[in-house]
Amino acid sequence: MQLIDKNLIAKKRSGRLTLNNAMKWIFFLCTMVGLIVLVTLIVDTLMDAVGYLNMDFLTNFSSSRVESAGFYGAIIGSLWLMLVTVPVAIFLSVATALYLEEYAPKNKVTDFIKINISNLAGVPSVVFGLLGLAIFVRAMAMGNSVLAAGLTLALMILPVIVVSSQEAIRSVPSTVREASIGMGATKWQTVSRIILPAAIPGIITGIILAISRAIGETAPLVVIGVPTTLLVTPDGLLDSFQAMPMQIYAWIKMPQEEFQYLAAAGIIVLLAILILMNSVAIFIRNKFSRRY
Amino acid sequence: MVNIMEANTITKNPGTAVLEDRAQAGTQETAERIPVFKTNNFNLWYGDNHALQDINLRFNQNEVSAIIGPSGCGKSTFVKALNRMVELVPIVRTEGEILYRDQDIFNRKMTVEELRTKVGMVFQKPNPFPKSIYDNVAYGPRVHGIRKKKVLDEVVEKSLRDAAIWDEVKDRLNENAYGLSGGQQQRICIARALATEPDVILMDEPTSALDPISTTKVEDLMHELKKNYSIIVVTHNMQQAARVSDTTAFFYQGYVVEHDDTKVIFGNPRDQRTEDYVSGRFG
Amino acid sequence: MSNYNIQEMIQKNKSNKGAVVEKSIPVILFLITSVSILATIGILYTLISQSLEFFSRESFMTFITSANWSPYGAEPEFGIWALVMGTMKVVAIATVFAVPVGLGAAIYLSEYATERVRKIIKPILEVLAGIPTVVYGFFAINFVTPVLQSIWPEISLYNAISAGLVVGIMIIPMIASLSEDAMSSVPNSMREGSLGMGATRLETTFKIVLPAAVSGIIASIVLAVSRAIGETMIVSIAAGSTPNASLDITSSLQTMTGFIVQITSGDAAYGSSLYFSLFAVGMTLFVMTFTMNIISQWITKRYREEY
Repeated sequence: MQLIDKNLIAKKRSGRLTLNNAMKWIFFLCTMVGLIVLVTLIVDTLMDAVGYLNMDFLTNFSSSRVESAGFYGAIIGSLWLMLVTVPVAIFLSVATALYLEEYAPKNKVTDFIKINISNLAGVPSVVFGLLGLAIFVRAMAMGNSVLAAGLTLALMILPVIVVSSQEAIRSVPSTVREASIGMGATKWQTVSRIILPAAIPGIITGIILAISRAIGETAPLVVIGVPTTLLVTPDGLLDSFQAMPMQIYAWIKMPQEEFQYLAAAGIIVLLAILILMNSVAIFIRNKFSRRY
Repeated sequence: MVNIMEANTITKNPGTAVLEDRAQAGTQETAERIPVFKTNNFNLWYGDNHALQDINLRFNQNEVSAIIGPSGCGKSTFVKALNRMVELVPIVRTEGEILYRDQDIFNRKMTVEELRTKVGMVFQKPNPFPKSIYDNVAYGPRVHGIRKKKVLDEVVEKSLRDAAIWDEVKDRLNENAYGLSGGQQQRICIARALATEPDVILMDEPTSALDPISTTKVEDLMHELKKNYSIIVVTHNMQQAARVSDTTAFFYQGYVVEHDDTKVIFGNPRDQRTEDYVSGRFG
Repeated sequence: MSNYNIQEMIQKNKSNKGAVVEKSIPVILFLITSVSILATIGILYTLISQSLEFFSRESFMTFITSANWSPYGAEPEFGIWALVMGTMKVVAIATVFAVPVGLGAAIYLSEYATERVRKIIKPILEVLAGIPTVVYGFFAINFVTPVLQSIWPEISLYNAISAGLVVGIMIIPMIASLSEDAMSSVPNSMREGSLGMGATRLETTFKIVLPAAVSGIIASIVLAVSRAIGETMIVSIAAGSTPNASLDITSSLQTMTGFIVQITSGDAAYGSSLYFSLFAVGMTLFVMTFTMNIISQWITKRYREEY
């Protein structure tokens, strides 16, 4: 008994195959959209930046005159900013990750902390800016200082580093842990001498990626009120400062067309720093991955 | 085991000779048997690993052909080559011919989709789709463009009846196939393969994940199905091969040691290694 | 040979100091961990207290019902719908653009691409995801908008299309990589079952893989939409600063985030209604993104382990 019409199946087959092939190319094009945009963005920006990217640009302070405007204050300011953000974020996040992975009991409080961290990761950066404005800048009277902005950014990247550090700690095999505990080492000895060193490459990779996010972050700095027309670099944590993304934003907003080229030059410097940081992260990841 | 290894290095070429010898004898014996698959010096590599070496076999219509051999001997790889499923592994390279009804399956004129429509497959682990029982069985006809509800209803019922599971599921065709037991799931998968009315059904250790009762049911099913289909079944269970198959091929370390009627393989094998294997001395 | 007894030496070295360290470490770590809770409390406290201050001065009913946002002048009106509509227009355009492209890329990477292609493409997506949004904003105003204007001259310098498309580009990597994860976790045995009966890759993808991965895909889209709602710099640069609730996508508008940036980069006198309105808008933004994130998490949790 033949219920299936074999001729019909054969007749329909070529159409199905053609559709499959056509869609394969469409999916491929979708994949290429990212690459095309990336290349366009970099080429377009480079072409705008090319006449303005020189030593003067790297050593001059910002200025209302295009010819003498530079990125120096912004670069130094961003470094100061990271001086606060990086240690604070690392200290808070790695300790949090260690607690959650190694010490936290399985109970409602721990669950709540975990849910809280993943929700914190989804809070828009501009809302962190509002937090910084109301708490650090106003209530704690830090003003628009390196400290206020650095703490704000540290809180913003905290969930990112916590999650990646947790993964790194989790990937240390339990056999290593058992070996240490099995010879009578205490919990903290095991954690500090075995687990943390083994997890360090993964943790550092996560930290670098988080920092490269912080360094390009603009919205919280705008909200905090980071200035764009300073002619000095900060001397201390409570001084005002400039920052690279903030300076780029200020130039983009300028009505004169020449400032767009300055913005482009600033973007190239920022992207170069980010690419460098990402390369280091990828290098560390590749060098130290698959150790077990 | 040491014996076997030595025997292997010594008699590798004679082994192939025996096979060719047998193949000729087989042709005489089985003059009225119609071949569905023939392979000519078929070789397959996974990267640098020469997984199948100079395979020369034929499988006949309306028979159950068993392929046996120890783990890693290439039997699963071989059966997956017959409908080109093996190509899903990206590093696979093949050489030689596989003829399905005298057409080379690697020829560009034959698409994999067409081949797989005619040569269906049942897998080692039951792999129903997370859909209703009805949608599982109707999946094949539907993708091939058959949409008439009446035809689909008939096909689903007939396939489920042929797979000997109609009575168990006829009242719950709209339930998810995941709610069934492993044995039932595997028969749903057989029904799914039957629904496109293929010519040949490949089975890759279809009972390895099943309990003894379900295994018996599937074995009985193979016996029934060979009236209308040709079945090529991979098994590591020698009793199963002896019970259900008409011919048996013994694979060892990537090549065919012996291929003959099942009663010869299990009664009076020509190769020492075959005898050792079927009598349970290794593997 | 020696008189040393390791076990004895170990006993001698055991001190009370060690025990104190062991006991105090978990407590210290827990205290540091609670900073993340403090951050959340800080955000909620800030937004709620300052919003309450705002609503003590301005009408709450007007805020949630009016579509007129004109915060300056002698008689300001704070109707959030003008800003919400601005956000929605940009997010809608971004989603309409990014979902098909992101899903297409996910399908290609998960179902068609060879391992080698995947190894090249995935880092590119990571780089794209790591580009600062201020850079995307520059790209929107200096490249996308002029290109759009050359095709469609009626478009004004600030518009929803350009901002929406670039926000879409920003969320494509997120949709692509999270959806690819969801699709890759569909067991291969299911693909084999479908391909083994002569279905094409396309049919296998649409009839088997996508239905099985649908919860992960939807979760990724919801998360990406939440990210688009909170996106700030692209819209501040390319969408304009004209709050309105119209459906026009070719002219200037203002989003919630754009408003916050506009007011804070000028000088809103501390203590004015304008200042406190920042937090009311921030609260609205927070509630919207928080809801989306919760939905996304709920979908992931609810529909995990389907096979």
